[in-house]
Amino acid sequence: MKTTNILISGFGGQGVLFTGKFIAYEGLLEGKEVTWLPSYGPEMRGGTASCSVIISDSPIGSPLVPKPDILIAMNLPSLDKFEDAVVPGGMIFYDSSLIDRDVKRTDVKAFPVPATKIAGEEGMTTLANMIVMGKMLKESALFPMDAIDKTIAKVVSAKRQNLIELNKKAISIGSEM
Amino acid sequence: MADKVLMKGNEALAEAAIMAGCRHYFGYPITPQTEVAAYLAKRMPQIGGTFLQAESEVAAINMVIGVASAGKRVMTSSSSPGISLKSEGLSYLAGCDLPALVVNVQRGGPGLGGIQPSQSDYFQATRGAGHGDFHMLVLAPASVQEMASLVFKGFDLADKYRMTTMILADGTMGQMMEPVSLDMGSVNEYDKSWAVTGTKCERKHNIINSLSLLPEELEQWNIRRYDMYKKIEEREVMYDEYMTEDADIIVVAFGVAARVARNAIVAAREKGIKAGLVRPITLWPFPKEILKQRAKNAKAFVSVELSTGQMIEDIELAIRCTRPVLLASRVGGMIPTPEEVLEKIEEAQKIGGEA
Amino acid sequence: MIVFEKPKALADVKMHYCPGCTHGIIHRLVAEAIDELGIEGRVIGVAPVGCSVFAYNYFNCDMVQAAHGRAPAVATGVKRADPENIVFTYQGDGDLAAIGTAETVHSAARGENITIIFVNNAIYGMTGGQMAPTTLPGQVTQTSPYGRQVESVGFPIKVCELLKNVDGAAYLERVAVNDVKNVKNAKRAIKKAFEYQVQGKGFSLIEVLSTCPTNWGLTPDKALKWLEENMMPYYPLGVYKDKYAEEAGK
Repeated sequence: MKTTNILISGFGGQGVLFTGKFIAYEGLLEGKEVTWLPSYGPEMRGGTASCSVIISDSPIGSPLVPKPDILIAMNLPSLDKFEDAVVPGGMIFYDSSLIDRDVKRTDVKAFPVPATKIAGEEGMTTLANMIVMGKMLKESALFPMDAIDKTIAKVVSAKRQNLIELNKKAISIGSEM
Repeated sequence: MADKVLMKGNEALAEAAIMAGCRHYFGYPITPQTEVAAYLAKRMPQIGGTFLQAESEVAAINMVIGVASAGKRVMTSSSSPGISLKSEGLSYLAGCDLPALVVNVQRGGPGLGGIQPSQSDYFQATRGAGHGDFHMLVLAPASVQEMASLVFKGFDLADKYRMTTMILADGTMGQMMEPVSLDMGSVNEYDKSWAVTGTKCERKHNIINSLSLLPEELEQWNIRRYDMYKKIEEREVMYDEYMTEDADIIVVAFGVAARVARNAIVAAREKGIKAGLVRPITLWPFPKEILKQRAKNAKAFVSVELSTGQMIEDIELAIRCTRPVLLASRVGGMIPTPEEVLEKIEEAQKIGGEA
Repeated sequence: MIVFEKPKALADVKMHYCPGCTHGIIHRLVAEAIDELGIEGRVIGVAPVGCSVFAYNYFNCDMVQAAHGRAPAVATGVKRADPENIVFTYQGDGDLAAIGTAETVHSAARGENITIIFVNNAIYGMTGGQMAPTTLPGQVTQTSPYGRQVESVGFPIKVCELLKNVDGAAYLERVAVNDVKNVKNAKRAIKKAFEYQVQGKGFSLIEVLSTCPTNWGLTPDKALKWLEENMMPYYPLGVYKDKYAEEAGK
């Protein structure tokens, strides 16, 4: 019985909630138990947004993630706030083009991903989150990488075919880094 | 499993209402239940239903009374401060014996309070929803699946007993996403010959009313309602159990608190403490019998609540204070951690051992 | 030979109203309008809290008794549940213009296709004669024993004048039931309001200036005179809005 606690955090508008939703859907399609819980507040844009995702082989108790196995930090305030919460041996993925410091902890695995920079270069400025997520999916081996196409088709509206391709590309850039 | 979809609790609840045949919704914006209104604002026009944003919570609940009077399934939703405003209408719904479904996605109080999850409207829901002697059926979902299935069930119970069903959820249940199956089964039809649908000049006029200036008559109305409440207490209690068979420590919790408690119980078992969970699904009628039964073998109880201790009184009453009952609680929008609950379980184990 | 019949829409029961009270007349006018339009089988009335709380016993149609001031919201629900039905509320001044102001204004703003019969007698009757939102300046009541002091308690609310500016309202008229001519005119207005609803024309409100001899402390005939001399100048009779007549006139 395996349970993975994931915390994703960043500025509102960075696709933090969507990233979580993608991972949760992936879990659902893989036949896992999943929960997704957003932080919610009056800041609609610009404030710090975070969401907790749990993927498990058995029924999930609390949907809260106070001690993540995996942290995705999309900005500095998020890394500052949650770095210490990660369990020893856990993983931290962060957007190193927006965060100009290293992870201080030595008992976790840190993966800097210059996602915003790459996204800009690749003409996919809104998909930095998917690049970091691609890296996370690859390193964590949470799911088989070939299952991702199915999830993309599920979470991205079929009417936005171009977005499907772009998302696929972003995830694959991340996973191949 | 294949037909499961990932949905937010508030949206699953709204969709289940539609599946239950609800075609009228009245609401007023308030965090953290706004998704219910937003979802139905989109869906109702697609299916010929009515979505109306009222001028106030007071107006919304009275519009609910109007539709319920006409014999149709109807819903409103709000969060704590809004429910206080609706309390007048809740009392009238009871006094008029009208079926309706009211959702409270609780947030921290009192007053304007906060917007984070809370369970501090337990007393209000189970005791004091409004003036006068009455009860509502109070259902407490602990998953997105139950946000849907208890709404479906809630409409049925409301029609069956001509009562208000309240879904007492919290911000976590409303906001979180989980896989949910929307396979709800078929809708039961109930006699509504009492409704105001127009006499068609074929019958005596129907009157929906809660007023009687004759105390003898009003007493009878109340007694009749109370006889029905007794039947409901016998028939409609719902709860869930987890590892209670051999439990020394019985943890009682509903909603998100029950989810946290489950983690704590797993941790307690790993430490060799025999803990188990009774999760009330109906808060009224409260599952008194099972607690009484579990008290025979248990040493102590722990009530886990997002309030300063409200349900704990019902636990103590149910077991007639024959065992110590400890409280594990956080308030104001805070949620207890599994570790905090585990501490209480350990404390209960110690006290229970001494007793 | 029957020369004067009770309208079919009026139940054959004794009313509880005080001698000389004009509620009975207004009930009858509503019932006559229902009869004449042949809509009895699909009319649903909403009774208020106040003297006319028992209206649910007096009309032969389906009735709902609403909480104080909430009749327009309840009527909104009843109407939305089945738009084919004809829904009216019957409300007094305290119910409609004090505690229920929001429900009144917003049902008008929505253009809710309902008919409101608003009985204005410038006082709270059922509770024993307290100051109402329509009590006249200087008028003595139980809770304005020195006369309504506008400096401290403010001015009466003129409902038709207020709602005139609400775009959703279709038809607003103020009438009185102090003499035969005015009673006949009130009947015409009430019937027209129901007709508008039948035709789907939207929100209508008929304000009926009415008497309360008991709480005004006057004999019935003096009360009628008091209405004429004091209320009618402050609350002028007439059509305040008729959206369709205005449109036709353009």
